[in-house]
Amino acid sequence: MSRIAGLWIVLYSLWALLSGHFDPLFLTFGAGTCTAAVYVTARMGIVDAQSMPVHLAGRALGYLPWLAWEILKSNVRVARVILAPKLRINPQIVHFRASQRSDLGRFIYANSITLTPGTLTTGIVGDDFEVHALDVAHVDGSENNEMNRRVTALEGEAG
Amino acid sequence: MDMLADVASWALIAVGTFFLLTGAIGILRLPDVFTRMHAAGMTDTMGAGLVLAGLCFQVEAGLVTVRLVLVILFLWFTSPVATHALARAVLHDRDLAGSASGPDGRNGGTSSKP
Amino acid sequence: MLFVGATAGLLVAMALVMCRALLGPTAYDRVLALNNFGTKTVLLIALLGFLAGRPDFLDLSLIYALINFIGTIAVLKYFEQGRLGAEPRALPPEPPERGSEHEGGP
Repeated sequence: MSRIAGLWIVLYSLWALLSGHFDPLFLTFGAGTCTAAVYVTARMGIVDAQSMPVHLAGRALGYLPWLAWEILKSNVRVARVILAPKLRINPQIVHFRASQRSDLGRFIYANSITLTPGTLTTGIVGDDFEVHALDVAHVDGSENNEMNRRVTALEGEAG
Repeated sequence: MDMLADVASWALIAVGTFFLLTGAIGILRLPDVFTRMHAAGMTDTMGAGLVLAGLCFQVEAGLVTVRLVLVILFLWFTSPVATHALARAVLHDRDLAGSASGPDGRNGGTSSKP
Repeated sequence: MLFVGATAGLLVAMALVMCRALLGPTAYDRVLALNNFGTKTVLLIALLGFLAGRPDFLDLSLIYALINFIGTIAVLKYFEQGRLGAEPRALPPEPPERGSEHEGGP
């Protein structure tokens, strides 16, 4: 139920903020449209833990700033590699073992890996991540690297 | 306060443009598709993020800020998915090309479904 | 001044990426370059909006970000599968013991 309410709130804020009209007529039309859209979506049965992960919302607020900082650091690292007069790269595919239990957790971990430049997820089989690294020396391939631990904590007990 | 916002905006946009240019140089300079993807990811995350964040400081907080944040969010959500799709297509293509084990010793199995 | 400088840098970056799209040894290099070019176009539209003093342009860049993403995915799907439609129906009909599962609407 909280997922359906969450979807409605997200759609309605999009409607209100993107239209920029706040007169009662428009707000009523928006409420009707959002209700119809949410009804159809709920009837399709696709409002689940994967499409509306509202249970992660609180912990995500702690994770996202850390991720942004991590992205900044690896950006600087890759920029230094690119701008160096002599290209010193050692591209290689490494394998990670991820400790997330749910598909959603793995999805978040894989996307976090891809978002930080210098590493990029190319495939997932079970809990085995295939990651292409620009320079193997920059990668902590052990299971308890910090990102893996943080995503597992973000995923929580619900798994 | 206004002065401070202006300085922050200048700094963010300047650094963002620097990352955009570096990413473009990387796309030209790096040797193969995968390494170029790292450079492309740089423009998608930091370049776009910093420039748009810098634009946020140029206006009064309001609907324009909301739109800028939405553009950043869309870019940050779609960029890894597009990059992953590209990586998967390249690996799929290499597998089709008959090299049962690629140059780095990987052997088939490009499925991304967990 | 700030916007002019940023726009100029952005245009240089776009030219570099376009070089890669024209040079690119494989088709994937070109797709990568075009996807990146699209991201930069999103930024260019936003910057031009501020340059012209019309931040309404941001709606366009929002839509362009989505279209760019969908276009890239579509091209890659075409490369990978050789077609864009849904999975074609398997020619032999479903065996009867599995056919009893619900098909179609709920």
